[in-house]
Amino acid sequence: MGPCALLCLVVLLITPWIGSTPVTWRNVIAGVSPDREIFLIARLPRILFGAIAGGALAVAGVLFQAILRNSLATPFTLGISTGSSFGAVVAIWLGLGTVVLGVPFVSLAAFVGAFLTILLVFFIARTRNALPTFTLLLAGVTLNFVFGALIMFIHFAANFTQGYMMTRWTMGSLDTADMNAVMRTAPFVIACLIALIWISGQFNPLAGGEEWAASRGVDVRRLKRTSYFIGSILTGAITAFTGPIGFVDLIVPHAIRLVAGPDHRILIPASFFLGSAFLVLCDTAARTIFAPTEIPVGVITALIGGPFFIVLLRRKRGELW
Amino acid sequence: MEPIFHVDRLNFGYTHTPVLQGITADFAPSEFVALVGPNGAGKSTFLKVLAGLLRGYKGSVEFYGQPVAELSSRDLARRMAFVPQETHMVFPFTVKDIVMMGRLPHRTALFDTRRDAERAQEAMELTDTAGLSKKVFSELSGGERQRAVLASALAQDPEVLLLDEPTVYLDLKHQIQFYDILERLNAERQMTIVSVTHDVNLAARYAHRMIAIRGGLFVADGSPEDVLTPQHLYEIFEITAAVFKRPDGRGNYIIPTA
Repeated sequence: MGPCALLCLVVLLITPWIGSTPVTWRNVIAGVSPDREIFLIARLPRILFGAIAGGALAVAGVLFQAILRNSLATPFTLGISTGSSFGAVVAIWLGLGTVVLGVPFVSLAAFVGAFLTILLVFFIARTRNALPTFTLLLAGVTLNFVFGALIMFIHFAANFTQGYMMTRWTMGSLDTADMNAVMRTAPFVIACLIALIWISGQFNPLAGGEEWAASRGVDVRRLKRTSYFIGSILTGAITAFTGPIGFVDLIVPHAIRLVAGPDHRILIPASFFLGSAFLVLCDTAARTIFAPTEIPVGVITALIGGPFFIVLLRRKRGELW
Repeated sequence: MEPIFHVDRLNFGYTHTPVLQGITADFAPSEFVALVGPNGAGKSTFLKVLAGLLRGYKGSVEFYGQPVAELSSRDLARRMAFVPQETHMVFPFTVKDIVMMGRLPHRTALFDTRRDAERAQEAMELTDTAGLSKKVFSELSGGERQRAVLASALAQDPEVLLLDEPTVYLDLKHQIQFYDILERLNAERQMTIVSVTHDVNLAARYAHRMIAIRGGLFVADGSPEDVLTPQHLYEIFEITAAVFKRPDGRGNYIIPTA
């Protein structure tokens, strides 16, 4: 965990100085325009939000992999990302470009979309006294298809400008991040992280099955529900501002497991820091490679994540399932 | 002496079909009990009710006078441990990690204390798994895995060990090795052991009390000598078998003839 925290810190200290316009620290401290504005308004909030988003997504990945006992599970698997996109796409289609309570309406709609999907999947899968993993996965995958189809339909029905906005949104990007987004998500994400570290030891025996965990004193039902909702809301809150950003939730926990082992007491905090560093680095690449044009960070994470994952699949097939 | 388990008119079904149909029995401390019976008789189900893993039962199941259904998983896990037939770990946990999971119900801090480490070490030595501690669990052989799972159960520091066909996937040598460890725990630490098994010969060699279950009911309950009679074997397992005395005097063994 230490090395991950250090890496995260280094990344946060260096990346604000990298960008299409050179900025010097003398000018920033002296308050010279535009260095000061570029640093404080354009870059710093975006990097801070990237750190929170990357950390939250990686931790959400850990949670879903633990409760579904599957190292390929992600918030996407359960339909949350697609549900969130659906909410955003509807808001764009209806032309609801206003700001409600300091949050853009599209973000709000995305969060509502994510939250309704969470509840829908939960109630489809739930039985009298259990939350069967297999049904949960199937419900999520099915809703992915349904929402995917609805998104395509709306996209088809929308005009050209709306269609472009929808495409941009569903690609996932940090370019709309501002200090407001940081302030609205950071306290919640940090509170969740602390709570999860507190209960992290209970996720370990879940790897041996629900009975295994129960016979080691874990209240499996409560743990699964709590983690399901925390993981979903973390994803929903981040995705509301960024659109779906894939692969962070998949690669980061995997990388930590390979290096430091699967103990969740280390995995959860380490994934948070590595996820932060990873997303901020990807975003730095996204805003500098084709400067001054930016590419969506989701493209970068997928381009790095996809091949990385295929290598993992080929090498460690036995351990993945 | 107060019984460890007091079971009274226990009924249970996963669906509407009843699996356990009115079991009444007591289990005394430091007993070594073997539960035998045909497939689908309700042996594993009964064991899981005792372990507090199946809670929607009717009737009463008391652990030292307290209803099992009212005790939390954590309270139960501090005093009893459950060993399943087989364990699959989805992530690459090492044997040490697995054993440490057994310390979870006792742990109040986030990380392992020195006492946790000592208990885990002791459990691994008892089960001869200390040399495997850094190996990845999913890469072990069946016998090694089952011993590691037993070590994890022992790390819970239990008074009662409940085992569900623990040796069913093990070869002869490892079956005997496994039951030898159970025998030692029972003799030296007065640990109560309740084990479900299909191997009546193994059960007769190690257990002091044998209970035969059929159709969700206890149909025979007594010493292995009392339970393993040609008559019982015919009624319970629907087999014709000859029963012999073991040459070492440790109970009987059977040979099915038809």
